[in-house]
Amino acid sequence: MTTLTRNISEVRRSNLGERQLRRRRRTWTYLAMAALAAFFLFPLVFMFVSSLKPDGQILSDSDSIRAFLPVGDISLDNYAGVFDRVPVAQFMFNSIFVTVSIVGLGLVVNSMCGFALSRLQWKGRGLVLALIIATLIIPFETIAVPMVYWVSKLPTLVFEDGLLKYDFGWLNTYQVQIIPFVANAFSIFLFTQYFSTIPKSIDEAARIDGAGWFTIYRRIIVPLSGPAFATVAILTFLPAWNSYLWPLMVVQQEELRPVMVGMQYFFQLNTAWGEVMAYTSMITLPVLVVFLAFQRAFVSSVAASGVKG
Amino acid sequence: MKRRSLPVMVSLCAASALALTACGQAGQGGGSGDGPIELTMWTHSAGNPAELEVYDKIITDFNASQDEYEVVEEAFPQGAYNDAITAAAAANDLPCLLDMDGPIMPNWAWAGYIQPLDLPASITDELLPTAVGTYQDEIYSAGYWDAALSIFARKSVLDANGIRIPTVDEPWTIDEFDAALATLQSAGYATPLDIGAEDTGEWWSYAYSPMLQSAGGDEIDRDSMLSADGALNGPEAVDFFTWFQNAFKKGWTSSAGTIGNQEFVDDEVALSYTGVWNALASIEAVGDDLLILPPPDFGTGPKIGGGSWQWGISSSCNSPEGARAYLEFSFKDEYLAEFADKQIVIPATAGAEAQSLHFKEGGDLRPFVELSQKFALARPETPAYPVISSTFEKAAKDIMNGADVQSTLDGAVQEIDANIESNDGYGF
Repeated sequence: MTTLTRNISEVRRSNLGERQLRRRRRTWTYLAMAALAAFFLFPLVFMFVSSLKPDGQILSDSDSIRAFLPVGDISLDNYAGVFDRVPVAQFMFNSIFVTVSIVGLGLVVNSMCGFALSRLQWKGRGLVLALIIATLIIPFETIAVPMVYWVSKLPTLVFEDGLLKYDFGWLNTYQVQIIPFVANAFSIFLFTQYFSTIPKSIDEAARIDGAGWFTIYRRIIVPLSGPAFATVAILTFLPAWNSYLWPLMVVQQEELRPVMVGMQYFFQLNTAWGEVMAYTSMITLPVLVVFLAFQRAFVSSVAASGVKG
Repeated sequence: MKRRSLPVMVSLCAASALALTACGQAGQGGGSGDGPIELTMWTHSAGNPAELEVYDKIITDFNASQDEYEVVEEAFPQGAYNDAITAAAAANDLPCLLDMDGPIMPNWAWAGYIQPLDLPASITDELLPTAVGTYQDEIYSAGYWDAALSIFARKSVLDANGIRIPTVDEPWTIDEFDAALATLQSAGYATPLDIGAEDTGEWWSYAYSPMLQSAGGDEIDRDSMLSADGALNGPEAVDFFTWFQNAFKKGWTSSAGTIGNQEFVDDEVALSYTGVWNALASIEAVGDDLLILPPPDFGTGPKIGGGSWQWGISSSCNSPEGARAYLEFSFKDEYLAEFADKQIVIPATAGAEAQSLHFKEGGDLRPFVELSQKFALARPETPAYPVISSTFEKAAKDIMNGADVQSTLDGAVQEIDANIESNDGYGF
């Protein structure tokens, strides 16, 4: 009996020790995670807080903890200043329109291309895929200037004097910001890889049932490839939203410019840092909303593709 | 499904092609040929409402004054402007009228972007010399204004430390300047001088090459424009850059501050080497105690950088005579004065100075006019300038960070000379 009691109390003690150990470990893990979260949040907090302060205070607060606290002369003046300096609503609309178009069209075009490369049997598809992948090593900056020349010569339709006419040159249009970025080698590669993992026997069964290739693509492959579509959507969204060099080169009219080009409006002889922070807060908001809305898909897609932005 | 959709698509394509063939090309026939000729005009002023306001006024007045031409303005942000011009030149889509920073003008003239300005001498002769851009003896650009650098100080601080207040006629010698910095440091200013070394890009050449020129060196041999040898790495240049390096070593100045004039306003530094554009805010903060002083004399007299944003006409302009008509119209004293007072820059004509609130005789910013007239020196008017400027910046930063002065300057000379040689001397 005494031995049994001793054993029970030893087990209790050992369970207690394990629980304490586990609790302590968990506490440290949470502390470390909280520290990391704070570390990654600091730039965002600094941005939002500074957007509420006058320039002088941003600079004087920058070497203390006050930089992260909404203290001192707090107001929305910088936001009002942004609207005086930049046509924010127009730039925001342009960026949303261009980004949504690139993502939407990109999902259709690249997935169909990936489907053709992974599911259809045709001569030279291996070579075509290799060539598409090879284009990934060419930095965009090296082909930007020839592309500007090229798009400036492309035919287009315009309305003039109430008539539909053709003309040449895509500069100063929405399509010049969208079309060149719809087909994307990396997206095609991702779709091709993902589609290859879906058993081909499904195609054969569908063909026997009388389905054409488009039906197989639309009714079978697309519904089975949610993660691939999410990955491509997110990886296309970010560079499209952050696009700067290309619109700068091909869009001269203010009413067609995207938000990132608007950033340069604040860098005059003296930089209006408060307005810079207010503007960056405003243009970061849509990205944060998209991220929070698709948080799960984003994390799983990054894990699935092994790619991060 | 495939077989059914193919004929439909072919029919659609054929119909579209037919429809397009039936349409005319835009701009051909039936157009509005009777209207005014459109003159496109690009500025670097997006995000600068004060500057745009004056441009809008000039354009509105010009368009209303005649019915032959119509100027249409498009504003770009300054940081992106040169890239936009380069891209437009590649696409043969340059505007008729464009503004440009003074030192880039020779490069754009050499590259064929712009044509000689051909404005009447009655206009260009009236402008500050540094507001007129000349390349190979031809005027390619002209500006409404110029900027000037000076040293801002508080009279009370100099008086309290027994430091002589320099004048345009009797600026500080370099020995006096060194002694003043040492005194101010002893008086409690950890870093007594803000020279804006935290800034990047063109600022380095604009702000510090005049000091080099004051010491007897230069960024290039201006007689030939073919080599920097002797100018950028000669004994005078080595002396200046040794002083420059020591100023950082001794803690007289630093590259750790923030861009702008805030440290001076907050009295964290005693002296600030900065531009006219910061003067009004400093007057508001410091009041009558503010002194606008000439830069020190490093040996051959003080120098400050000259040549700011100016107007030119593109080579591909469809109506250069219209562009000239606009520019002639725009160089009116009233516009230049308004521009100067709104933008806080020095008006380019004596008539505009007289009309300016800040720059007229007795105006609070009048000292800048004297500094500009007496000490301004344009940056080298050569197409190689963009390379010279970036090489100068890199070398000066290396020296600031402790690199060997002579070998760093020799390397910079080599780089500049190699670029000039590979471009066949840029036409010199």
